[in-house]
Amino acid sequence: MTDPHTLSHLDLETPEKPFLDANELVINMGPQHPATHGVLRVILRLDGEKVLGLECVIGYLHRGVEKIGEHRTYTMFNPYVDRMDYVAAVSNGLGYCETVEKLLNVEAPPRAQYVRVILTELNRIASHQLWLGTHALDIGAITPLFYTFRDREEILKIYEKYCGARLTTHAFRIGGLQYETYAGFEKDVKNFLDFFRPKIDEYEELLTTNRIWLERTKNVGKISGEDCIALGVTGPVLRASGVKWDLRKAQPYANYKNFDFDIPTGQNGDTYDRYLVRMVEMRQSVRIIEQAVSALPEGPIIAKVPKVMKPAVGEVYHSIEAPKGELGYFIVSDGSTQPYRVRVRPPSFVNLQALDLMCRGQLVADVIAVIGTLDIVLGEVDR
Amino acid sequence: MLEYVKSYLTSSQTPGAAGNMFWVLVYILLIFTGLAIAVMLMTWLERKVLAHMQVRLGPMRVGPHGLLQPIADSLKLLLKEDIMPAEADSFIFWIAPFIVVLAAFTVFVVVPFGPTHAITDMNIGILFMLGVSSLSVLGIVMAGWASNSHYPLIGALRSSAQMVSYEVAMGLAVVSAILMTSLNAEGTGTLSMIGIVQAQQAQGEWFIFKFFPLGLIAFFIFAVAMVAETNRAPFDLAEAESELTAGFHTEYSGFRWSLFFLSEYTAMIAVSSIAVTLWLGGWLRPFPNLLNGAIWDKAFSFLPGIAFLFLAAMCFYNTVRMPKHPLFRVQTIGLAVFGVFLGLVGLVLFVPAVSIRVQDIFWFAAKVAGFMYLYIWYRGTFPRYRFDQLMQMGWKVLLPMGLGVLILTASVALLQQKLWHP
Amino acid sequence: MAPVATPFFFYLLSGIMLIGGILVITRKNPVHSALALIVTLLAQASIYLMLYAPFVAGVQIILYAGGIMVLFLFVIMLVSIDRVQKERQFNSQWVVGIIAATALGGLFMAVYTKGKDIFPEHALPMVENDNTQRIATMLYGQYMFAFEIASLLLLVAIIGAVVMAKKKI
Repeated sequence: MTDPHTLSHLDLETPEKPFLDANELVINMGPQHPATHGVLRVILRLDGEKVLGLECVIGYLHRGVEKIGEHRTYTMFNPYVDRMDYVAAVSNGLGYCETVEKLLNVEAPPRAQYVRVILTELNRIASHQLWLGTHALDIGAITPLFYTFRDREEILKIYEKYCGARLTTHAFRIGGLQYETYAGFEKDVKNFLDFFRPKIDEYEELLTTNRIWLERTKNVGKISGEDCIALGVTGPVLRASGVKWDLRKAQPYANYKNFDFDIPTGQNGDTYDRYLVRMVEMRQSVRIIEQAVSALPEGPIIAKVPKVMKPAVGEVYHSIEAPKGELGYFIVSDGSTQPYRVRVRPPSFVNLQALDLMCRGQLVADVIAVIGTLDIVLGEVDR
Repeated sequence: MLEYVKSYLTSSQTPGAAGNMFWVLVYILLIFTGLAIAVMLMTWLERKVLAHMQVRLGPMRVGPHGLLQPIADSLKLLLKEDIMPAEADSFIFWIAPFIVVLAAFTVFVVVPFGPTHAITDMNIGILFMLGVSSLSVLGIVMAGWASNSHYPLIGALRSSAQMVSYEVAMGLAVVSAILMTSLNAEGTGTLSMIGIVQAQQAQGEWFIFKFFPLGLIAFFIFAVAMVAETNRAPFDLAEAESELTAGFHTEYSGFRWSLFFLSEYTAMIAVSSIAVTLWLGGWLRPFPNLLNGAIWDKAFSFLPGIAFLFLAAMCFYNTVRMPKHPLFRVQTIGLAVFGVFLGLVGLVLFVPAVSIRVQDIFWFAAKVAGFMYLYIWYRGTFPRYRFDQLMQMGWKVLLPMGLGVLILTASVALLQQKLWHP
Repeated sequence: MAPVATPFFFYLLSGIMLIGGILVITRKNPVHSALALIVTLLAQASIYLMLYAPFVAGVQIILYAGGIMVLFLFVIMLVSIDRVQKERQFNSQWVVGIIAATALGGLFMAVYTKGKDIFPEHALPMVENDNTQRIATMLYGQYMFAFEIASLLLLVAIIGAVVMAKKKI
């Protein structure tokens, strides 16, 4: 195992005589930086303007969530998972609840699963909207941020009406839902879809064919499909590199096989393709929500789960397709009320590994664009 | 005294050309005040327009609809602590903002607000404007150097490299426009700003439409180059917050920073004036030859008054819409008074004697205001260019385009002279 | 426009030029020297204006003060000058320098006294409004060949600079 602090796999030529800025320069970005989407420290090795390699220093937001999980019961741990990827909290809750349900061998009733799908897909739209606003802001277009946050606001209003919280929702319970949907839930969701559908067209009109956007995102941060699979990168990054892998289709959960939607893929694996893939994903989410809302079944909202949960000894790994990639939970139970180990596989943490490969040979100004296109949330990376 | 004023008002020369120092001073004072008010208005307008484009309101608290916000901003900047970096070269640190402001304001000596409404009419007017605005690059380089810090230096060098590159493209576009001034009977063109507008008047067509599409392409090249020249979006990499370097004015605070800010807006107005003079017919009213005749002249002469009355009407409308709360009473009254003031100005502009003299200034200012709105629009819409893409565009795209337009314009002009006036 | 207070402006501008020139060679800080050179060049542009050559003055400001001096400043600022500033300023050839300067000064004086008669008694009346046109006619008519050779020379210089500065990519 090579010393992780020497980027020895890089080929650095030393010029014969020093001339202006031909020396290798080591620059530090962060942890306080307006464009690193959180407390991320990036150490760049530059040759003039070109990036030779970089190293991410993380851990500034480490709160010991997994350790806390060993000392809480399964129900008590549920609110903690929202705080990891705080942008898309509902997906975190879905992953955890489904994993524990798998451990307990129960299945949520159909109504609960449909509502879960609606809320999770709304979450996907909200997460992608935040991504779009901040990514455009990093690249210099300052206006889309306000528009995407206005759309996100509508979704957060629905969450607030449903479960009382906007951001860290704690919407799901092990076995289903706690709250019945409020009166007017379907109407609100349908209104939102009608409101939102033309908005994606607006954003595409502003950015997709914009010459400056194309120049800033095409061929920037390229990564091939094989490298993605080798590094374990998942989510829109993987799909934009040409690999058609989406857990909602490959390992369906929560009744996703009842819905009809497409998986977008890109060809080049550059920033522009990732942008296009996420825009199409938003449209597909709208499609899924439409189908779910119109076919919402009646019935109980929570399955029969014991009040004091003592799952059998064993371990289970279950993953879902969070907006940022494969979010997995590995829970080891030792028969008591508290899990023996809760291990979270956060998508941003694994995707961040690819930053080095994606930034090699790019210019410094592109590093920020690539961090934005990976769509990382430091709460998830550090836990 | 009154005869002195009256005798001047009917002269046919700019005060500089007539050698009249008193009126030169009066004009300088008027232009300086006008520019200061215009810059303050620009800061308010930028925040408001940008905010409305971003689905929000912008400043609303300081004065009705934030109209007093520029005053609050300037007060704050004046009262801020003046910090000078420890190891900085204090003489250069002190003088850099002055050079930038000097260069930005001196340009207005030749800007033609009307056929006699300029401080002076140099016969190398356009050359003077280009030259003096290139002196501001020196101020920026000095500001970056004097800050004695890595990042401002890199930012300053980048800004100045960008400005110097786009000056070349600007110059070529300007030469294409100057070529078009020589299409008269004597075959001599002119570099004087007033002469250029008079050439457009004599040829009966604004240069942007001349030899379509060559005038338009030259105008387009100049419009892009002038945005890059003033370091505004989408070419503002050197002063953007989310990049590694924070720009040449990082270490400046308080009044010194406001001088840079002032000179940026003044430079924007200056290059817009060049564009308006060269391509958009300066002080000429729209459609000079399509809708000519005394009746159309009279109709267009009402427009300044109508514009101000429209602004007054908007003020009154917003006064009525103000919240009916005792805390808002002062603001409501203030807005109403402002509306009355604008309305009075509009009514005064209807008087023919005033209208004849002021009309040119109004059309010129209206066109420059259109450019200012475009600047704000660009800032709200476009992402930023990366620095190497910026330089690439300046040298590899705009420069060849400028050369091509120049050659084509010269050829078409020559053909026109040979074929129509052998 | 009739000239105003010519002797005053001439002495003022020449004084500025001379002081600027002296400052260029006596300042320790190269950036200060470059700034003094800019002042000298601007004063020179004003003297061109006094000589009824407004076009040359304008071009002097654009090219020299606004272009070439900016590039000078780039180079000075990119190369680390702290070392240079801390070096002891020495001038070991000052004897030879003084002899050469005196010789040159004597040559100037000799040429001026011998050829005083060819200078006219007072300033010639010159026209200024067609300075641009006259330069253009001469440059593109009479001196076309020299103009083309000069532009070719500049092209060679640019290509040479690019080749020398190119890094292995």
